[in-house]
Amino acid sequence: MGRASTFLPALFLLCALSGQHAGAADATPTEMDPVKAARAVKLADKLRCLVCQNQTIADSNAELANDLRGQIREQIAAGRTDDEILTYMVDRYGDFVLYQPPFKTTTVLLWAGPALLLVGGLFILLRNLRRQPAAESTLTDEERERAKRLLDGDDRKDDK
Amino acid sequence: MNRRMLIPLAIFVALAGFLFAGLWRDPREVPSPLIGKPAPAFKLTQLHAPQQMLGTSDMKGKVWLMNVWASWCVSCREEHPLLVALAKENIVPIVGLNYKDEPAAGMRWLTDNGDPYTTSVMDRDGRVGIDFGVYGVPETFLIDKAGTIRYKQIGPITEDALRKKILPLINELQKS
Repeated sequence: MGRASTFLPALFLLCALSGQHAGAADATPTEMDPVKAARAVKLADKLRCLVCQNQTIADSNAELANDLRGQIREQIAAGRTDDEILTYMVDRYGDFVLYQPPFKTTTVLLWAGPALLLVGGLFILLRNLRRQPAAESTLTDEERERAKRLLDGDDRKDDK
Repeated sequence: MNRRMLIPLAIFVALAGFLFAGLWRDPREVPSPLIGKPAPAFKLTQLHAPQQMLGTSDMKGKVWLMNVWASWCVSCREEHPLLVALAKENIVPIVGLNYKDEPAAGMRWLTDNGDPYTTSVMDRDGRVGIDFGVYGVPETFLIDKAGTIRYKQIGPITEDALRKKILPLINELQKS
């Protein structure tokens, strides 16, 4: 009796603490060795669930994501490498299943874009900075006079 | 007016053009890498005759449609009348891939809504679905005589897609 009364709260605490890993645990089969299970979770984390496109297969509760997690586990158990499993997914669902798009001709702009913008921006900035001195200057005598008047607080003449 | 001042405006217009065009594209439609590739081989038991099988190889030499459907699939109801009408015209065999469904529920659904399928096969664990890259039922594949996937419709077939894309393509493929 006494034992049960301390055991139960401890159990609840344990459940609550492990709750934060529930998402990852979904992709982990119970009977798999930890190294393989970790691989399965890592792979599922790289793949997009096409049903709910902003979730990974590891995060999603969609039935398809569940099936694909099953596929990953099965293929790991069958001794396939990570690359082979990713290729299996890309062959069926296209590059879009990969959260990190591959580098190829159609994605050059995607990968190189930010660097190009940075370089281009720096180039324009430097050019403008260098040009600055030429733009500095040049009030006519008349304007200087008027500025002086304004600064002195005698602006009545200026009002029209 | 300084022409250089137009540059930001030009950039803005170009960007707005891209975004505007994007409004009409459906992000849920992910182009399939399987188009132009051989249809994945399968051999599955038939829904109405569980002792018989049907597979990709049985359809060699024919232009055929494979429609992925399920009794639990809501948007399948949307396209179903179109399929029933198409089946009546006898233009093309339609194989139904009954995806992750209970056979009894599937059969009842066909009795209630009409059965446009030449044959329906059962993909109970969804494995063939995965091989075809199915992610949103209904999906429809057009497969040519050599067994190559030529077209994929993601989501319900619309009247528009049927008349403007699918039927002309079937016509063309049947001639070759």
